[in-house]
Amino acid sequence: MDQLTNYLFISAILFSLGLFGVMTRRNGIAVLMGVELILNAANINFVAFSRFGGMDLSGHIFSLFVIVLAAAEAAVALAIIITIYNSMQTVNIDDASSMKQ
Amino acid sequence: MENTHITYSLAILFLPLLAFLIQIFVGKRLPRQGDWVSISAIVTTLVLASLLFVDMFQQYNPNFKIEASFLWMDLGDFKIYLGFLVDNITIIMLLVVALISTCTHIFSLKYLEGDVRYSRYYAYLGLFTFSMNGIVLANNLVSMYIFWELVGVSSYLLIGHWFEKESAANAAKKAFLTNRVGDIGFFIGIMIIFTAVGSFAFTDIFASVASGTIGGTTLTFAGICLFAGAMGKSSQFPLHIWLPDAMEGPTPVSALMHAATMVAAGVYLTVRIFPLLTSDALLFVAYIGGFTALFAAAIALTQNDIKKVLAYSTVSQLGYMILAVGTGVYTAAFFHLLTHAMFKANLFYGSGSVIHSMHHALHKKHDHETDPQDMRNMGGFKEKMPITFLSMTVSTLAIAGVPFFSGFLSKDAILGGTLSFAQHHPQHFLLPVFGFGAATMTAFYMFRMIFMTFYGKSQKPELYADIHESPKEMTGPLVLLGTLSIFIFYTLPHFNPFSTHGWFTDLVVAKDSFVPGNISAHTIAEHAHHAHIPAMILSLSVAGFGIILAGLMYLKKSISADAWAKKSGPLYKLSLNKFYFDENYERFLYQPLMKLAGKIAYFDWEVYDKYFINGFGRFTSWLSAISGKFDYEGIDQGLVDGVGHATQKMGRSLKQIQTGRLQNYLLFVLAGAILIIIIQAV
Repeated sequence: MDQLTNYLFISAILFSLGLFGVMTRRNGIAVLMGVELILNAANINFVAFSRFGGMDLSGHIFSLFVIVLAAAEAAVALAIIITIYNSMQTVNIDDASSMKQ
Repeated sequence: MENTHITYSLAILFLPLLAFLIQIFVGKRLPRQGDWVSISAIVTTLVLASLLFVDMFQQYNPNFKIEASFLWMDLGDFKIYLGFLVDNITIIMLLVVALISTCTHIFSLKYLEGDVRYSRYYAYLGLFTFSMNGIVLANNLVSMYIFWELVGVSSYLLIGHWFEKESAANAAKKAFLTNRVGDIGFFIGIMIIFTAVGSFAFTDIFASVASGTIGGTTLTFAGICLFAGAMGKSSQFPLHIWLPDAMEGPTPVSALMHAATMVAAGVYLTVRIFPLLTSDALLFVAYIGGFTALFAAAIALTQNDIKKVLAYSTVSQLGYMILAVGTGVYTAAFFHLLTHAMFKANLFYGSGSVIHSMHHALHKKHDHETDPQDMRNMGGFKEKMPITFLSMTVSTLAIAGVPFFSGFLSKDAILGGTLSFAQHHPQHFLLPVFGFGAATMTAFYMFRMIFMTFYGKSQKPELYADIHESPKEMTGPLVLLGTLSIFIFYTLPHFNPFSTHGWFTDLVVAKDSFVPGNISAHTIAEHAHHAHIPAMILSLSVAGFGIILAGLMYLKKSISADAWAKKSGPLYKLSLNKFYFDENYERFLYQPLMKLAGKIAYFDWEVYDKYFINGFGRFTSWLSAISGKFDYEGIDQGLVDGVGHATQKMGRSLKQIQTGRLQNYLLFVLAGAILIIIIQAV
């Protein structure tokens, strides 16, 4: 088992945990946390492929961008969740279903 | 001059039509109901016709002939030309039609004064004159047929002018339908000739006859078919029945139709087609004409209605003309047509004048029972109506064939021709017997009419006081036409009352028949010339006999007419009842036909309509019920609704997965992604 595979394992576990969090949590903030895990799993993949795949630093640069994007996404998503809480007194995403048909 | 002839002829043709159109559309709104429109139109045609006539004298050319035609219908190889033919016969005929028509227009001013359909009447007169001029000017069979039918229609309209009277309406129908019988023959004849020749123009047809393209039995048959049309219009036996009934029309109309125009059309046609009639066809023509002459005269002997006498006399005189064509002296037929037009029109106007004054007298007495046309109610009108009396007497002398009058000349020419024909074909001895027999009777019944109407004591003294001479509008034509019954107008520049020699014989010269083998016109003329003197002596003696007999019976009363009537018993009855022709037609023709029509109608209604047509309807409605059911239950409910239902059902089931829970969706996405990866891997 070489080193790349180890990283990919870690990344896959992280991704699966994040996905599980996204799919099972009712709390919006917990869902966001799951999303962060997924994004970071992707980051690990980028860096690992960049390092072991014989490529230059573009993978690193990509993961930097992803971190920035994740920060921006978290800011926007948290703002939405706060707004939902303000109007509905809950952060449970199942309750935010007023736009359902 | 050629163009002038065509222009004048066109004007003569279309002016009466113009008058008709004006009268029919705006006539009622014009002052005096527009009679002046018609009269000025017809007088113009008279002037134009006279100009043509004068020109004919200036040219004095017996072979004068102008033709003009135009393409009417062009269907590739099938071309129909219509056109005009102006020759001496046409010009004379145009003048006759214009003259008699003018007289009729003027005469009607008083005769139909205050009539309910005064302007309508003048309109129809115009239409009638137009149609007749069309026949006269035609140079081909098609336009002749067209105008022939137009004459039929306008005669129908005029005879039925007083259609409130049932008898008038029936007479109009009878005239039209009887004419149709002849017209069918005419049409068949035209078609036979067209099939053989390929053209309708007389010139082409005659050329084909001469070259033998058409001949033999076909030509004989075609000739007889064409003649059938003439039999209808000229009311020859056995199609004569309509003419006496047509007296239901106003009397001036009778004068116009039965003297100069409609009935003359048949003779005119026979004269025109003479060159193509084979000797067999001519024999047929001669026998029909001869028999009609005798037979109609026999009926006229006993009639008491003044117009009926004239009607049968017309039939008889037309028989003469047809007989003349049949025996080959067709110019004599045309000559008699000309003289007869004048004196017969005059006689009709005279009878109209008498009836008119009888009407007024009856009207004054508020008598609506007495028949104003029955001669038994008249008598002694001589003093009261001198102009009518004189002009009628002159015409009667003419029709009876007394020398110095026109009828003598023309009748003599016909009888001479007939006699010479029998001399050379002794097996046809019956033809002169017909001719001279009819001449005797004509003299007798015409003088009987004169004596009963104008001589003796009045049969109805209470009416007699109110009998007056008719107004100027009516006596004018009487004087004019009475004068034209004198021989001099037909023999100028010669003055010999016993010879037809004159402008007419110079200008209207018989042409050879185009049928190969027929005797030449010259030979016919030669033969007729030899028979001239014996024919004249014979006709003079039979006319004299007839007149004297009439005088003895109705003037001197030395022979009792009633006793003779009793003595002759069934013969008298036969004549009085017109040989039961109408009754027999009724019994053997109309009723079986009506029965047949009834049976066919029964079949049509009870069987065809009820079973076939209605059955078809039922079948269709049954079929449509099935189709409707299939459409509704099958297509609508099954297919159309089915699609809807299926869509709805699918939508409902698909709705189930639209939970609105993001995480569910995400689960699907995951499942999908995994699925794709697995498929990729495999």
